[in-house]
Amino acid sequence: MMRLRLTALMAGALALAAAALAAETRTITDATGRQIEVPADPRRVFAAGPPAATLLYALKPDAMVGWPRAPGAEDLPFLRPETRDLPALGRLTGKGDTVNLEVLLSARPDLIVDYGTVTATYRDLARRVQAQTGTPYALIDGSLPTIPATLRTLGDLLAEPERGETLAAYAEATFAEIDAILAAIPEDRRPSVYLARGPEGIETAARGSINAEIIDRVGGRNVVAAGPDGLATVSPEQVQACAPEVIVTIDADFAAHVGTMPEWQGIPAVRDGRVYLAPSAPFGFIDSPPSVNRLIGLKWLADKLYPEEARIDIEAEVARFYTLFYGVTPDRAALDGLLGAGHPGE
Amino acid sequence: MSERAAPPLLALGLAGALAAGAMLGPYPLSPVDVADTLIGRPPDPQAAIVLWNIRLPRVVAAALIGAALAAAGAAYQTVFRNPLVAPDILGVSQGAGLGAVLGILLGLPVLAIQLMGFAFGIGTIGLVMAIALALRGLGQVLVVVLCGMAVAALAGAGISLVKLMADPDDQLPAITFWLMGSLAGIKQADVAAALPAIVAGLLPLIALRWRIGLLALGDDEARTLGVEAGRLRLLVILSATLVTAAAVSVAGVIGWVGLMVPHMARLITGPRFDRLLPVALAMGAALMVLVDAAARSIAQQEVPLGILTAVLGGPLFLWLLARGGRTWAE
Repeated sequence: MMRLRLTALMAGALALAAAALAAETRTITDATGRQIEVPADPRRVFAAGPPAATLLYALKPDAMVGWPRAPGAEDLPFLRPETRDLPALGRLTGKGDTVNLEVLLSARPDLIVDYGTVTATYRDLARRVQAQTGTPYALIDGSLPTIPATLRTLGDLLAEPERGETLAAYAEATFAEIDAILAAIPEDRRPSVYLARGPEGIETAARGSINAEIIDRVGGRNVVAAGPDGLATVSPEQVQACAPEVIVTIDADFAAHVGTMPEWQGIPAVRDGRVYLAPSAPFGFIDSPPSVNRLIGLKWLADKLYPEEARIDIEAEVARFYTLFYGVTPDRAALDGLLGAGHPGE
Repeated sequence: MSERAAPPLLALGLAGALAAGAMLGPYPLSPVDVADTLIGRPPDPQAAIVLWNIRLPRVVAAALIGAALAAAGAAYQTVFRNPLVAPDILGVSQGAGLGAVLGILLGLPVLAIQLMGFAFGIGTIGLVMAIALALRGLGQVLVVVLCGMAVAALAGAGISLVKLMADPDDQLPAITFWLMGSLAGIKQADVAAALPAIVAGLLPLIALRWRIGLLALGDDEARTLGVEAGRLRLLVILSATLVTAAAVSVAGVIGWVGLMVPHMARLITGPRFDRLLPVALAMGAALMVLVDAAARSIAQQEVPLGILTAVLGGPLFLWLLARGGRTWAE
């Protein structure tokens, strides 16, 4: 009898403590300088777009309430089983579809995280959604160089500081490794690169655009110099005139057919067999989304651009990155599937 | 310009535009290089690849599409007896656009996207005709046009819906670009695919140009001259739709050409369709070749044709408007 009462008492105390913990909040400052009150240990986090979802997945997958878009069948083997069946809730920001705020609320998030460009528009959107839903909305700067800092900040915010530190250390080591490789390669030995998108390969992203940022970071000279921050279309004649030494593509169709498309013949990259298909599961190596997934893209790209100097065991690196960030260790066959597709013509 | 001087001058202009189209582009080829490559002695193998596989297909496609849209516009304006009618007034562009953006949304191969555009364009006109026939018959031009506008609005709504559903990082830019029209991705095979439909549509317009001109006088007058107006009008609409759908399905939606080139041609020839048609064909071809040369040369990035034609077409149209109805007076 005594024991039973004690157990009940303890259970009651525990419940009280849990409730107190859940209700506990703290105030942080987000990338736009807004003071927001967030739960001390966010349990249900809504990612406002694909970049934020990838970041959240890497840091605290069990806090995800859904995906912006449902992962494709080819992505599922590389995702943690518990996240595979999360609902597709839409995206809150960006150029595309806007999530229904009632759908957002019915997911009962205690925190909304957006990760990307910080502009007045996004700041205002964050303020409005927060006011309308009563859910704290943190906006985090999505640029490539700030990834280590972002991983620490968000790790802290999500009450996963050790996880944030581990991933941030990896990111810093990756940047250092790339810098070490680049230090040994003079400007004139860095190849010119064209990023081909779409089945015809004529969609691209210009130097400085977020979609091609990692090409700039590994020292590739993007042949499309000026363009909008985003995607641009060029004619094959333009690519012929630019004569890129390397073509990086994210389109499997294009990679498979470029060798036989008449208008691409004679381009140095095509002639020399230096057309590389970037892996895309579960997240892209180049962009889509522009998030922490680009860290492995940096190494992959360094390996492709400087096969002699980089000396990267890319299969081991991919396995390590997937284990660390995605929580899934790809086996031999999965690695071949990912990277084998990146070796057209081999 | 006198009536007699017009044909040689036009032929010269068209030849000049075609030559300019073959010379201009981002890949550095001197006129001598181009000429040498054309007669089979390219300065280097790359020049042959660029000219034969990329630039000339674009020039040929631009000429075909410009001629097709201008002829379709001239035919529509004549049979509807309305100078403000463009080939897409009955919704063929919106219909073809809906088919093509659906193809992009579904991630289909390029040929399938073009086929869907073509089929939807034709289907849209079929629907418009069926509705107009069911309501009042095809004799009442206004009813046909109003039906066309309603169906076009419906197709436009469908396009908006597809844009909303598309992946904003990947498909949406492709859809937006397609809807502004471009020949950036044109290949020899695309030209070969569009050619039969365009020729099949243009032939009846050319062969029947004199009878078509009579429709501008009104159905009763045409009948007294021995022309069955209703059937002929239907044939013209079908032919013009065929060429427009074929043009839109390979090049995307290019505004203004079908509206503005017939007006430019009319300044030279007056309103008679049999004189108007050849001039509109030549001017449409020349104009589109030049606009497309600009589209690929202005910047490193491809400029959509729809933007360039609107920039040219807008002011020109206003100028025509300022001149009042004089060009239309008999």
